Amino acid sequence: MQAAMSAPDQIDRNEPAFRVRGLTKTYGEGPAAVHALRGADLDIPDGELVVLLGASGSGKSTLLNILGGLDRASGGSAHFFDRELTAMSDAGLTAYRRHHVGFVFQFYNLMPSLTALENVELVTEIADNPLGAGEALGLVGLDKRVDHFPAELSGGEQQRVAIARAIAKRPTVLFCDEPTGALDSTTGRQVLRVLQDVNTELGTTVIIVTHAAATAAMAHRVINMADGTIREETVNKHRLSAEEIEW
Amino acid sequence: MVSPLDRKLLRDIWRMKIQAVAIALVIAVGVLLLVMMDGLVNSLEQTRQAYYERYRLAEVFAPVKRAPDHVLQSIAQIEGVAAVEGRVVGGALIDIEGQAVPVRAQAVSLPDFSSPRLNDIYLAEGRRIDPRRREEILLLQGFADAHDLSPGDTLSATMNGSRRTFRIAGLAQSPEFLYSTAPGELVPDDARFAVIWMSEEALAAAYDVDGAFNQALIALERTAEPRAVIAKVDRILERYGGTGAYDLEDQISNKFITEEIRSLRMSSRSVPPIFMGVAAFLLYIVISRMIEAERMQIGLLKAFGYTSAEIGWHYFKFVVVIAAGGALLGCALGVISGQLMAAGVYQDVYKFPFLLFRVDPAAFVTAISVSIASASAGGLFVLRKVFALSPAVAMRPPAPADYSSSARLVAALRSVLDQPSRMIVRRIARQPMRTFAAVLGIGVGMGLSVGMLGVLGGFDKAVDLTYSVIDRSDASVALIEPLDQKTIFELRRMDGVIAVEPYRAVSVVLRNGVRSHRGGINGLISEPQLSRALSLDMSPIYIRADGITLSRTLANKLDISAGDLLTVEVREGRRPVLTLPVVNVAESLLGSPAYFELSALNEALSEPGRVSGAYLKLDMDKSTQVYEDLKNMPAVAGVSIKEEARASFQKMMDQGAGAMRYVMAVIAGIITFGIVYNTARIAFAERAHDLASLRVIGFTRGETAFVLLGELGVITLFAIPIGLLAGVGLAGAIAAAFSTDLYSISAEVGPVAMGIGTLAVLIASVIAGWMVKRDVDRLELVSALKSRE
Ligand SMILES: Nc1ncnc2c1ncn2[C@@H]1O[C@H](COP(=O)(O)OP(=O)(O)OP(=O)(O)O)[C@@H](O)[C@H]1O
Ligand SMILES: [Mg+2]
Repeated sequence: MQAAMSAPDQIDRNEPAFRVRGLTKTYGEGPAAVHALRGADLDIPDGELVVLLGASGSGKSTLLNILGGLDRASGGSAHFFDRELTAMSDAGLTAYRRHHVGFVFQFYNLMPSLTALENVELVTEIADNPLGAGEALGLVGLDKRVDHFPAELSGGEQQRVAIARAIAKRPTVLFCDEPTGALDSTTGRQVLRVLQDVNTELGTTVIIVTHAAATAAMAHRVINMADGTIREETVNKHRLSAEEIEW
Repeated sequence: MVSPLDRKLLRDIWRMKIQAVAIALVIAVGVLLLVMMDGLVNSLEQTRQAYYERYRLAEVFAPVKRAPDHVLQSIAQIEGVAAVEGRVVGGALIDIEGQAVPVRAQAVSLPDFSSPRLNDIYLAEGRRIDPRRREEILLLQGFADAHDLSPGDTLSATMNGSRRTFRIAGLAQSPEFLYSTAPGELVPDDARFAVIWMSEEALAAAYDVDGAFNQALIALERTAEPRAVIAKVDRILERYGGTGAYDLEDQISNKFITEEIRSLRMSSRSVPPIFMGVAAFLLYIVISRMIEAERMQIGLLKAFGYTSAEIGWHYFKFVVVIAAGGALLGCALGVISGQLMAAGVYQDVYKFPFLLFRVDPAAFVTAISVSIASASAGGLFVLRKVFALSPAVAMRPPAPADYSSSARLVAALRSVLDQPSRMIVRRIARQPMRTFAAVLGIGVGMGLSVGMLGVLGGFDKAVDLTYSVIDRSDASVALIEPLDQKTIFELRRMDGVIAVEPYRAVSVVLRNGVRSHRGGINGLISEPQLSRALSLDMSPIYIRADGITLSRTLANKLDISAGDLLTVEVREGRRPVLTLPVVNVAESLLGSPAYFELSALNEALSEPGRVSGAYLKLDMDKSTQVYEDLKNMPAVAGVSIKEEARASFQKMMDQGAGAMRYVMAVIAGIITFGIVYNTARIAFAERAHDLASLRVIGFTRGETAFVLLGELGVITLFAIPIGLLAGVGLAGAIAAAFSTDLYSISAEVGPVAMGIGTLAVLIASVIAGWMVKRDVDRLELVSALKSRE
């Protein structure tokens, strides 16, 4: 089965990781249509840690879903290096997610019938050059809880398992939709630390959606969204480490 | 190493174990039926063939009045004839002590100083006869057992008018008498029919055929064309009073067992698929609900880059594991019940010296692949959902269910219903397709039960109609040959006889184009009271003199309807060939009779005033005296008592293919319960989260269970009318599969079947509800709320 998915071929790393032009997304039709994205333009250089801010309903998750290959745009284009995501077939998007993308969801989304370790193995199974599942859990400080089921873990622990699962495949890009939304400050900082490490040590491009504006201080680049468009884009001259973030 | 997805699979199966077992059981019983019936067909066929070959059963039988032995040589020279043997057969009456009615028997000769070339016997007990001792006989084992006779005992019998005493040398069986009935009767009764084998010389002397034979047995070469041989044999034997040679197809015992195998094969092809279809449907509902519940997880797997095919395969394995498990269990159960049926039922009706239940390995392969295929067919529909699901659902928070469409309905009910009841109505109204699928599931399951009950009723009705409405006599008398009406007057004068109704039975071959039927025509008076014919709507009909009235089964077999012309080849007397119109079609439940008005029949045969027997209405207080008097009438060949015939018919219906209906009724019940339980289980799994929320905000266990079980109750109530409708439909299909040439069953889904079916479903839902309620009570609030499914 797994052989059916072709191994990743070389990507041209000279391009920005993402190049977005006039991207639109409309849910529904006619008068009831919701315009979640109304022509977003954006460049994200390879290897950066990017924070995406914006009011609720401004289109952050929608943008993330399209860049992550989970959803399709209604118009415009989005490139991943030299590949045009918006032109890919379903199989192409699946291969893209399989080989390049890691996700951390707001609601953890662990498989309830699998242990922490098995949840990570679920991804390492189909990855080309993964970290060991135990090793990945070690990175998020959960080496002692590997055999617990999600129902036996706290919310923060579940979220850390989700991060271990996302980084275990050594993704090219890591998408995090409100990864700290349900966490206290200490656990939240731990989670951010892991994300920062992944960015610096593995060179992974990390894109974080958050409502906590303070998080922006640790990013290379901060993108502000409003009403389905990119309102503002700033580059931090001086970055804070995860531990220095105000909560 | 087991992959994480496979571990998820195993845990899912474990979590849903009871449900998985319920579905596997439904599949198992379908497979059980398939394997058992197929195995029985296979075993009966193979055993019959082996038995026929080992004991050299003749392939053509040629009865004749009296032909000198040298005629056999001319028969042997016919092209295609491999072996010939002449023998003597004759009717006899056996006197059983303390029994007023003598038992009819067939006497058959065995060659005196050689073993039989054809139609050898299987010696079950004792020894073969010593040809020098003329009083020695071999007796049919079934009859001997029924009367507790064993080698060494004596037996008194009347042959050709003279009474003699015999000594039993041994007990025998023969492939010729696998299924043994008295001449003119349809249903076997071990106690009421015997076969006596004895020395050829002694038997020839008893029937005045010394130096001659009255039946030729013929074996054919492999390439021989039976029809051509039969035609030539008939030509040779015509001048000696041949009544027409016939092949195995028309040999009574073989005809019955062939019919049994045919009907068993037919039901094995038509009934298990009904059960498998229900199982597939059930699996479809469960898997589609499961996928519905795991949308988030499926989206998640897709988000990780698992392909739709990989995810589909994961859920497909779930189907395969359950189907394969059910199929294997069904194979094992099928072999066990097949063995029980073969030994307990079939060997009782069909007298095989050995009957090994053996299933063709291909049947296992078929059963397993059919169950996996039909389960997968259900699964495939579901896989479409997996493929269509967008990975983006994994990113979304769980969407609160949209209840807006039911808002108006609930608002209208607001004043009438309390809060929990309104929740039930909301759920049902919000997902009408889902509710409909559940209603349909229970309805179909119930239909299966109601249908089987209807078929059970059909069997009872067949017995009742045959012996209470069609046949209203107390006894019938068969004469040794067609005689003039004088005998009837004699019967009428007997003390204790209230009414006498003569009949004339003529053996014939009926032909319509290429279709033919070997049987008899029943000549009855035009307005019979004791033995009647019924119209298709069950009212008595006149027996017409202007043409033949055919039973429905016969009309179907010959593919003929009222108004068409039928060729009638008479196999007695001067053997005329008549062309008669078919004037009417009658209902028949037992046998395939053809009726013709008595005097018109005699006229057509140019034998006016002949009768071959009579139906009697008796003063039951004097019946013993009547039977005693009948025994002393030389013209009487045999007497059959209606109540005994009814009992044997009932017995046959309770065994053989008839007994299968009980097995199926039990199975239908299991399936119905399986479906109801599944529906309850699924509802619970889907609602666990909501139910826990209810408990958290202060609802009691009872109120919480009410929300769940109330929904099940409403679904069950909707399902009942569907179940009744489905029952009527399925009953017709199953009854048709059960009907044979010998008896035809019409399904009767009456108020009783409907009542019992309804009650069964209600009880099943109460039990299933109770089982699920225990789970509601044990619901762990925290873990139910934590897991998002
Ligand atoms: N499946 C959908 N169908 C219809 N509308 C949708 C759907 N998903 C999102 N929307 C709408 O699109 C808009 C953008 O949604 P999106 O989820 O991208 O917002 P967001 O910026 O992530 O908000 P939040 O911070 O609250 O998560 C919203 O108005 C939302 O209601
Ligand atoms: Mg969002």
